[in-house]
Amino acid sequence: MTVLTTNYLTPTGREEAWRFTPLKRLRGLHDGTAVIGDRHSLLTQGQLPAGVSFQRESLTPLASSDDIIVERIRGAQSDVAHLSIASNTEVDGPIFLGRGEGALDSAEFSRVRISLGTHAVATVVIENTGDTVLAEDLEISLAPGASLKFITLQEFDSAAVYTARHHAVVDKDATFKSITVTVGGDVVRILPTVEFVAPGGSVELLGVYFATTGQFFEHRMHVDHAVPNAKSRVNFKGALAGRDAHTVWIGDVLIRAVAEGTDTYELNRNLLLSDGARADSVPNLEIETGEIVGAGHASTTGRFDDEQLFYLMSRGITLENARRLVVRGFFNEIVNEIAVESIQERLMSRIDAELERAGA
Amino acid sequence: MSTLEIRNLQVSVNTEAGAVDILKGVDLTINSGETHAIMGPNGSGKSTLAYSIAGHPKYTIVGGSVTLDGADVLEMTVDERAKAGLFLAMQYPVEVPGVSVSNFLRTAATALRGEAPKLRTWVAEVKEAMEALNMDPAFATRNVNEGFSGGEKKRHEIMQLELLRPKIAILDETDSGLDVDALRIVSEGVNRAKENNNLGVLLITHYTRILKYIKPDFVHVFANGHIVEEGGPDLADKLEANGYADYVRK
Repeated sequence: MTVLTTNYLTPTGREEAWRFTPLKRLRGLHDGTAVIGDRHSLLTQGQLPAGVSFQRESLTPLASSDDIIVERIRGAQSDVAHLSIASNTEVDGPIFLGRGEGALDSAEFSRVRISLGTHAVATVVIENTGDTVLAEDLEISLAPGASLKFITLQEFDSAAVYTARHHAVVDKDATFKSITVTVGGDVVRILPTVEFVAPGGSVELLGVYFATTGQFFEHRMHVDHAVPNAKSRVNFKGALAGRDAHTVWIGDVLIRAVAEGTDTYELNRNLLLSDGARADSVPNLEIETGEIVGAGHASTTGRFDDEQLFYLMSRGITLENARRLVVRGFFNEIVNEIAVESIQERLMSRIDAELERAGA
Repeated sequence: MSTLEIRNLQVSVNTEAGAVDILKGVDLTINSGETHAIMGPNGSGKSTLAYSIAGHPKYTIVGGSVTLDGADVLEMTVDERAKAGLFLAMQYPVEVPGVSVSNFLRTAATALRGEAPKLRTWVAEVKEAMEALNMDPAFATRNVNEGFSGGEKKRHEIMQLELLRPKIAILDETDSGLDVDALRIVSEGVNRAKENNNLGVLLITHYTRILKYIKPDFVHVFANGHIVEEGGPDLADKLEANGYADYVRK
């Protein structure tokens, strides 16, 4: 492991990967000026089921990274919080991980590993909360035939800064489904990335985000089809309300020359609920072979549909409730996929509250 | 007993070429229990009349008045008009993705009745309404109008008419796009609502065939933004024989 002693890789904002991010609000995570606090905030909640362990240990990274913050984390932190699910273990019900106390005057550099042995099946939920400065290098290792549903909830308080790479390495016939929810924080920048290392894998990256006044939320996918016969789906839905609410969705999908039989589709929809908000949406599909099952992308950004509101109101529903129904309906498709009722209800209430606060 | 009174209603719509006058002075009175058919050629302004009464933001009221039992409908927001007792069955009902029919119906019933209907009686009520309209129970779990066939959309509109129990309903070309069986089922729904709630109906149509199932008390011929002839049910027979040619030329 190398410790970075120079800052020659510090982004300036002109780089493709950083061109949307408000670097000044990153509290020094990107340029090495952040003071690293002694925090290990990731905690398990409740008893772990049989076949599941959680411990801190020294691990070498699964995959290289070209993200400067991930490099800084690796330079500073050899300790990894490791959630491990043994081979052939099928865990009933979700495994919950949460956060201990955070702080804004120092940064936490966190490394996390989630590993599933062959044919292990699990749902893991990480609830990210509080006011904190947190940079995270989270890696997921799926052995052949493993299946993980991975839900991350960014429900931070209003001053939090969170930058993370959530990187999944998907082995033969493994299934990975992630649901990334971002509704809180000042700046949240997540890189959900996927690397197929053997054929037959299947990946679904789903997400919802809701940014209100002043919030910046960036989700930058990268799906690397480096092997034949893998499938990927990306579907992110976002809503924005209030002045200077800003979201960024980047969907990079690379189909390499060897990746014959690839099947991929990515989708991003944004709902602008008021003036003064900005949604950037950039799908990038790079195809190096024509021998594929399918590859496509779509991106839309729109406002409230007046016809929908008129229809609902013509049945006696007030404008405020009609908007709430439309926004809940917009997010439903993905929120339903969480399939944990308590979380779904909490998110929908939060979405209602955000909508009300923004006066949209 | 309710009365919807439309007096000298003038409505324009904004287009790229400026405001265009669509309704040029419409007079019409509809009482509870009465069925008025408005018939006319395409483009005569029939749908504009329907949407203007319901309060669609696309239309600008230039003059005239609409009152329901003396209350000024034109001053009301769209939801207030529904709460006052007006209902519009739309020609092209709108899809609302992610919102289930059951959630939508319950939200609407709660808004119109002023309190959430008791769950047990409500479930029975919805079931009964759906059965009466020959609808699959799975329908309630689908998203509002999403992927509905033309016939399903119209049945869904009439189901709302029956469940929401308005005083006066405007049916905008409810018959269009329906086969004979669906037309009969939908018409029976309207007739039930008339019988059960003493509903007043403003039935807008291009064709006479729905009038075999829903008997009008009055027929109004609509052309060029206003009513050009009025009469009893026999006027529909005359239109069936002669078409609208006489009125369009005027």
